[in-house]
Amino acid sequence: MKRRSVIAGLGALLATGCSKVADSSTGQALFKAADDWHRKAQRALTGRKAMAPEFSRAQISPYFRGNGSLTVGTPGYAAALENGFADWRLKVTGLVEHPLSLSLDNIRRLPQRTQITRHDCVEGWSAIGEWTGPQLSLLLEAAKLKPEARFIVFHCADRLRGQSYYESIDLDDAFHPQTIVAHSLNGAPLPERNGAPLRMRIERQLGYKHAKYLTMIEAVASLDQIGGGQGGYWEDVAGYQWYAGI
Amino acid sequence: MIRRTKRPAKRPTRRHALSTRLWHWLNVICVVIMFMSGLNISNAHPRLYWGQAGFAAREAWLHLPTFPGWATIPGYYSLSGARDWHLLIAWPFAIGLLAMWVAMLANRHFVRDLTTRLNEWRWSAIRADIAAHLRFDFDHGGGKYNFLQKLAYGGVLGILLPGMILTGLAISPGIEPSFGWFVQLVGGRQSARSIHFLFAWGTVLFAVLHIVLVIASGPIRQLRDMVTGGRAS
Repeated sequence: MKRRSVIAGLGALLATGCSKVADSSTGQALFKAADDWHRKAQRALTGRKAMAPEFSRAQISPYFRGNGSLTVGTPGYAAALENGFADWRLKVTGLVEHPLSLSLDNIRRLPQRTQITRHDCVEGWSAIGEWTGPQLSLLLEAAKLKPEARFIVFHCADRLRGQSYYESIDLDDAFHPQTIVAHSLNGAPLPERNGAPLRMRIERQLGYKHAKYLTMIEAVASLDQIGGGQGGYWEDVAGYQWYAGI
Repeated sequence: MIRRTKRPAKRPTRRHALSTRLWHWLNVICVVIMFMSGLNISNAHPRLYWGQAGFAAREAWLHLPTFPGWATIPGYYSLSGARDWHLLIAWPFAIGLLAMWVAMLANRHFVRDLTTRLNEWRWSAIRADIAAHLRFDFDHGGGKYNFLQKLAYGGVLGILLPGMILTGLAISPGIEPSFGWFVQLVGGRQSARSIHFLFAWGTVLFAVLHIVLVIASGPIRQLRDMVTGGRAS
């Protein structure tokens, strides 16, 4: 008996069965439901404001890897990097009473939070870094969300494979104390590869939620009309899970 | 079969309880899908580390091969597709194991068949058991399972499978705020990921031994009994 070919045959049978399920609308609905159950179970078990672990300076990773876009790569961005992002603006718009347009100076003058946290990539690796910036809740309170706002969308300057990067979170994560708009990594302005001049830190979710090269924060009632409608770049182009707490 | 020992008054009439059979086959499906989708996830970053963090090749304690498509779900590299399966099947896998524990504590399967006696831990007894296994002599004496079986089944139900679930949770950033003590206990997130991987292969090793021994000890009867329940001997 060629055991290896039997195993390979069984594997192929299983794989075919699995791909049939995965391609069906029922399969897709199940996957979405499972992701949703994980979110609800985690929120129920951990509490909405429960904090991600923070670390000591000694545990900071010597080199903080960049992943995804490592630069915006446009002449405009290169010029902005050159002059210290003096003209960079972060807009807070959408379903808010008072839209904002903030300079880096404005952002640095807000009350700051510094946190040494572990960045967990969906691929499996982790790195520890010290991030500084105002809490997103400060910006959202200043802009005052309209009651129908349910999600916060982060729009970015970088493009991957011809599409603009964006991400989104719910209001639980948006108002979480560790959700900050970071302008510094390990006490220095954000390096280009890590999202200069501004990036999100959403510490209870995987790395692809932490949008880099941030230009606009938008409050919305639904994600259907944003990008491809799945709530983020990786969600749209490759079917990644919207809730990335697991 | 000869009755050798006095038995408690209430004996099950079937060799395998319905709960055991249902869980066994549910668990087979879950473990296969979890393992094959897990290999696909491993391909996304085929290095393992100890401690909290790690991403560079020089920090790794183990460099893994790329697992081929026939061994993964989906059958081509797709981290998001593999995660879809892994995170969906994690539910029946975990709930099934919990239900099995409740059932085998309630129907006394655990106490009756899986707990070991102190005298079974004597080296002479263990040696005799190993020798009997090597002769393919599977006469269990009075109990349902011999010492090595109790150790194997107990280890899978009590350590490997729950360990997979706990270390899987420990990798999840969303649960860590209330589960940080466990992440600390195993030495950090990357340690949890390493243990998750080792336990997965430990489970496969058990499955291979289990299947070999089932084949050696009358596969038709064994399979039939795990479906119909068989008759208690």
